Order: sequence, then structure tokens, then C-alpha cells
Amino acid sequence: MADTAIPPDTAPHELGTAARRRPGRPPAPERPRRRPRSRATAGTGRLAALLVSPTLLVLTIVVLYPTLMALDESLYGPKGLDPKTGFISNTEPFVGLKNYTDIFTQAGDRFWNAFWNTTFFTVVTVSLETVIGVAMALIMHRAFRGRAVVRASILVPWAIPTAISGLLWKWIFNADGIANVLLGHQVLWTADGFSAKIAVVIADVWKTAPFIGLLVLAGLQVIPKEVYEAARLDGASALQQFWRITLPLVKPALLVAVLFRCLDALRMFDLPYILIGAQKGSVETLSMLAQNEASNVRFGPASAYAVLLFLYVFLIALAFVRLLGADLIGGAAGTKKRRSHAVRMPRRRVREVTA
Amino acid sequence: MTLTAKWRQWLPYLGIAVVVAYCLAPFYWMLVSSLRRTGDIFSTSLFPSPVSFENYRSVFSPAQGFTRALLNSLIVAGITTAMSLLLATFTAYAMARLEFRFKRLILTLIIATSMFPVVSIVVPLLKLFTDIGWINTYQSMIVPSMSFTLPLAVWNLTTFFRQMPDELEHAAMVDGCTRGQAFRKVIVPLAAPGIFTTAIITFIAAWNEFLIALSMTNKPDMQTATVAISKFSGATTYQTPFGSQMAAGVVVTIPLVVMVLLFQRRIVAGLTAGAAK
Repeated sequence: MADTAIPPDTAPHELGTAARRRPGRPPAPERPRRRPRSRATAGTGRLAALLVSPTLLVLTIVVLYPTLMALDESLYGPKGLDPKTGFISNTEPFVGLKNYTDIFTQAGDRFWNAFWNTTFFTVVTVSLETVIGVAMALIMHRAFRGRAVVRASILVPWAIPTAISGLLWKWIFNADGIANVLLGHQVLWTADGFSAKIAVVIADVWKTAPFIGLLVLAGLQVIPKEVYEAARLDGASALQQFWRITLPLVKPALLVAVLFRCLDALRMFDLPYILIGAQKGSVETLSMLAQNEASNVRFGPASAYAVLLFLYVFLIALAFVRLLGADLIGGAAGTKKRRSHAVRMPRRRVREVTA
Repeated sequence: MTLTAKWRQWLPYLGIAVVVAYCLAPFYWMLVSSLRRTGDIFSTSLFPSPVSFENYRSVFSPAQGFTRALLNSLIVAGITTAMSLLLATFTAYAMARLEFRFKRLILTLIIATSMFPVVSIVVPLLKLFTDIGWINTYQSMIVPSMSFTLPLAVWNLTTFFRQMPDELEHAAMVDGCTRGQAFRKVIVPLAAPGIFTTAIITFIAAWNEFLIALSMTNKPDMQTATVAISKFSGATTYQTPFGSQMAAGVVVTIPLVVMVLLFQRRIVAGLTAGAAK
């Protein structure tokens, strides 16, 4: 299983064949491959509604309702805190769009700082991760022996909780830590400054580049060998093969990986929070800003920041889909053929991650 | 391309060594540091000498409350996973096997929610849970966690169900099973490895969660492991207890790594058992 070239497709097929060949059973008709969905009736619709509605109900409660609450809450000003009881007083002034317009005044400095930090982290980490991840995938794809060892080790950064990896890198980047010893140089990594940004970028790239590597490897494994043979016969160099064959064919898998990583990086919280700390201007992201405001019971501004982050994520996702082709979100909106291709991506990922 | 033949031969192995070192070196450093005595925590030797379990004893000392934090993590991640899987199995089956209106739209919406910034729901829910007295409860962590575990589980299971041949259930239905029976007696047992895979991935996602657990708790005895470690205080107050933090990190991470590696064997066994029955 672990060594099959195309894990997602071979296994269920074998499974199906084996099940069909089960002795003591009349062989199931091989063809035509007709789905039972030809029986689709009103009953099917009712069954589907019954099966799908619990999930939709839960998601409505945990996602849609809070989002609407945030929209509403963002129109109210910060509330006073009763110093005697520690409870929030019930009077909350309605301020309209003030929480949003405030970002264009003096009070908006912290927001824009967080906005640029978020953008910086997203652009820098995702670019680095993509390059390193593709390189890793190419190495893993070329390696026939030792692939199991690589896969096992590549799972380690993925499996470590981000919070723990934050602590780990905080230890590595300690003033007397191993990073400075290896560099032979005293860098105050975790102090509030540009070096803190670098520390966050390094820690994030370490954790997530292998993940991109796994996704790209899955994409590489479905490229038929004949394509490369033909290219070699035509005299294409290794570099040409990479740019003209590997990259275009791996592009759908890579784009899905990059989109996911971007959306994930935009909501970055754990790593800078633990590695550097809360309320540190050099690494404060929008998620950290919103969480910090909320934990200081300034729910109005916090909600406004949360809504703005949501819009930012939404716009980036939309831009991706528009600029890079509809097959990107495949899972859902593409044509049927594209959809089936893209939806299989995570499955492949799962196999790869686990194999 | 001026590499000699010998170089070409060794290059892949060199590449592998680099990748493995890249992935494991920081983790190895965590392991090594956790096994040092407090006195030589700043030592840079590649092996701890002498090997000391001092940090692990400190992690599990009753004063640290780490055992309780582990239990909290287990409860929150376990219930989140169980509930997500239960709902997702039904939904994923419908997505993979039934034709109904708005299917694509619904699947889009479900998947889109997994890309949602968690902080956007934490902020309003923090206010809501404060108002209804849910702060420092398990449900205040489980419910928001479902926002990302449920889409994850639906997605993974849908792709898994789609890969299972239609003929299986079709045959069962020809043999007289209803759709419900075909699902229960044919699909679920055969899909067990896929459901198990999804369970592991969902569990890891819930176990690694930090933002929700941090925001929804302020009592030490309700914190999950990830939050508790980040707030570790050492025996001495003037320095960060890196040793015990590394030890606790190893304790939290090792089960995940072992689980992921084991689970590969599990899926192979599950598949062959299903086929040989």
C-alpha cells in the first residue's frame, strides 16, 4: 500500500475487486457502471436533507450565527468594566461605523501595523514554503530507497502542535540558545524587532513546508513516466523537463496547497503569540489584535477587526480563484470533471500524510 | 550538468539526508533539551549527559497540574472528534452518493467554513459565553472547535466515500438491502479505515487547537495541554522553565507522532481485512 505509485486510486479498486470476487456470492454486474442515483426520487431528496441538515445546523450555530453577532457587535463601542464586581456593565454605546472608521485615525495605527504584519508573514512564509516544499517533493520523488524514512520524518513537523513548535523555537532562539551558538553571533531573536519577524518566519516555514511537500509529492506521483521518457527522447534537459512538464502538471495540486497555506497564514495566531508574545508590535497579526481586544473586553473594536480579517481572507480567496483559474477551489465550484479532480486532492493528501 | 556519475548517484541520498535533518533536527533538540538537568540546560552537546528525567518529574509534579491539562485536552479533542465524525459520516455519504439540489453549493459552503479565520468566531462567542456563563467549561471549547473539525471531517469522508465503488452498495441493494442497510452493513464496515483516518486527522486538529482554548479559559484546571504548557512557570521565578516546557512538549507530541505512524499500519490492516472477509 505505502509503496504504490498512485495510492488513492489503487487501494479502493483492489478493495472493490476483492469484494466483488468474494466467494459464494453471485458476481456483481461489471458493466454498465450505473449509479443507483438513477433511482433518484423525492425520497432521495428527503434522505439527503435528513443526512445533511445536522451538519448545516451545527455550522449555522458555530459559524454563521457568531459571524452575524460579530457584525452586530462591531457597531458598539467598548464597554465599561465595573471595577467592583469585575463584570461587564450592561450599557454599551451604539457607535455605528465608528469602529471601522477609527482605523483611519490615530487609533488605527495598531490595526495597520497588524495588517501589514499579517500580509508580510503570509507573503514571505508562503513563498518560502512553496519553494522548499517543491524541492522536498522532488527529492522524495527521486528517492526510491529511504522514502519511508523521509515520510515518517516529514510527518513530525506536521504533527507537532503549533503552540509546542512555538515554544521549541523560542528555546532555539533564546539569547543563549542553539541558534546563536551556531551563528556564533548574539541576535536577540525574541526581542520586539525585525529579528522577531525572521524568527516567526523560520519557525512557520519549518512546520509547514513539509506539508506542501507532501501535497506536491502526491501531485508528482500521478504524472505518468512516459511523459518524461518522451521528453528525454526529444532531448529536453532536466531543467526543461521541470519547467515544461513537472511544474504545469503539478500546478493544480500546488495551487490548492498555496491557497490553503495563504488562508492559514492570514489567520496566524499561535506561533507569534507564543514565540514572541502578545502585544508585540513587530509580530502582532490581525488575529492577535482581535483576540487581545476581545480578552480586554473591548468587544466592539475586536469584532470590527475580526470582520475586517474575515473580509481580507475572503478577498484573497476570491482573487486566487479569479486570477489562477476556477479549478483551484475545485472541491466545490468547478465543472464536474475539475471538481472530481480537486476533491480527490485532500484524499491524496491524507494518504500521503499517513502512508 | 557537470556532475560526475558518482555525484549523481549520491545526490538523492544527500537530498534525503537534508530533508530528514531539516524535519527532525528541531524536534531532536527538543528531545535532547528535555533530557538535560536544569543545570546544563544551556549545554550544546548533541547528547544529554547525564540523561536526566528531572524535567519530566517536574512536568508531572502535582503542583504543575499538567496531568489535568492533558485530561482536558483529551476530553475536548475526543468529544469534538466524535461529534464531528458522527455528523460528517452522514453528510459525506449524502455528498458522495445521493443526487440532490444545491449539493455543490452546500459542499462549497461547508468547505469554505474550514478556511474561516477562527478569531472571527472566537470574539463574538467569547462575549456570548461570558454572558451565559460558559467560560471555563468544556462545551465552550468543543462548540467553536467544531467550526473547523466538522468541515475537515466532511471533506475527508466525502472523498473517501467517493472512491468506494458504487457496485458494493448496488449489489447489496440488489440482494434486498435497503439503502440504510447497505450503508450500515456494507459501506460503514468497508469505510472503517477511512473513518479512522479522518478521526485521527480531526483529533490532531482539535488537539493542537490553541486560540479557542486560550480565550475560553482563565482557570488553570480547565486549560488544555497546549495552553497549560505556554503558561508553565518554573520552580525558579526568574527564568523561563525551558527544560520542563520541552519535556511537556515531547509528552504532548509523541502520542501524535506515534499515532500517525501507527495509523498507516492500521489502514493497511483494515483494507486487507475488509477484502479477505
